[in-house]
Amino acid sequence: MLDISPAEWTAILLSLRVAVIATLVATPFGIALAWLLARRDFWGKPVLDALVHLPLVLPPVVTGYLLLLTFGRRGLVGAFLADHLGIVFAFRWTGAALACGVMSFPLLVRPMRLSIEAVDRRLEQAAETLGAAPFKVFFTVTLPLALPGVLAGMVLGFAKAIGEFGATITFVSNIPGETQTISSAIYSLIQTPDGDAAAGRLVIVSVILALGALIAAEWFARRATQRLHGN
Amino acid sequence: MLRVDIEKQLGEFSLSASFASEGRVIGLFGASGAGKSSLVNMIAGLLRPDRGTIVIDGETVDDTAAGIHVPTWRRRIGYVFQDARLFPHLNVAQNLDYGRRMNRLAPDPAQHKRVIDLLDIGALQGRRPGKLSGGERQRVALGRALLSKPRLLLLDEPLGALDEGRKLEILPYLVRLRDEANVPMVYVSHDVAELRQLATQIVMLKQGRVTSFGGVKVLT
Repeated sequence: MLDISPAEWTAILLSLRVAVIATLVATPFGIALAWLLARRDFWGKPVLDALVHLPLVLPPVVTGYLLLLTFGRRGLVGAFLADHLGIVFAFRWTGAALACGVMSFPLLVRPMRLSIEAVDRRLEQAAETLGAAPFKVFFTVTLPLALPGVLAGMVLGFAKAIGEFGATITFVSNIPGETQTISSAIYSLIQTPDGDAAAGRLVIVSVILALGALIAAEWFARRATQRLHGN
Repeated sequence: MLRVDIEKQLGEFSLSASFASEGRVIGLFGASGAGKSSLVNMIAGLLRPDRGTIVIDGETVDDTAAGIHVPTWRRRIGYVFQDARLFPHLNVAQNLDYGRRMNRLAPDPAQHKRVIDLLDIGALQGRRPGKLSGGERQRVALGRALLSKPRLLLLDEPLGALDEGRKLEILPYLVRLRDEANVPMVYVSHDVAELRQLATQIVMLKQGRVTSFGGVKVLT
């Protein structure tokens, strides 16, 4: 029924790839940060907390520009990575993934942090008395019990990454087949005289993807919660 | 077996306790707020004394002067809490096996069977903690602690959350445990009757101080 053209497919598949990679790479960092914010008190914690949330309130174009300055070919980190490790972000799909990962990070971390805070510390103590070292306590008690929040965070981050526009287009531009995601494809199409039909198809696709992600997050959370109440 | 000589300031409350015991079951007796749980948490390593030493089975696990503090997970103790604290995401069998896995002990089917028979928890194995009664939960918690092969078992009011009927149901298991499991215990309670049945030695705590120490007779 949706007669999607090859060019549109390219944008859809690129969006999916960008969002999946962004989410998978961001997840371990997200879990570590969520744990730090939930369980540790340290100097500069409010600053770190604010920094994590910054992409949520900063204009996306500013985030994109900052990424360009840092990870661009001549950027401080970008030049180093390109020269020594051969990793290039500028005008590549990997750059789009980086932009999406940064922009979706606050949404990814928040549910993880809340669910780690909700884990009963008395259970962690019990694990310690049974001989579990702190990192084992984390992997055998804290993380499994926080799993619903971790999955919810991943799915929310994924949904946000799929829709990201401002930072991505600023950082890596809008190159079909390389950095043109669904969002930037729609943006191009609505500026072309007969792009309306194609734009409409991509709009429908992005609504379906977003809704699907939200429903999946809900489903994960419910299944895992049942498990966690020990039933 | 157990030597304790510690001081700890907890807000307004000051705890200062000193005793040494070779008893099989040390009954830690006192009203609520006397410092029993804080003392047990210090023996477990969950709380750090401000000053003093704790020696379990000849090993110094706390010595503030020498800067020694062995973390809880290396103390090889078992701890049965008033509120069982079974892991809700694991079933009974997995809960029972947790300590063995964490301590990387080889499977010991003989001990496993003995503990399960002793506590009568064989039929519960596949169940999740949410589907157990209070008494069953406490029996599983006992089994879980024993199967980690502790050199000292700490029991902090293990019957405290149960009603009278359930208490009478669990008490015989504890007596069997004392006579058959061969693990020294510290048993915390404010219930004289319980301690008369179980303890071989009594440490009486009152407002953070040890007021009496000796046989069960001191309970009168």
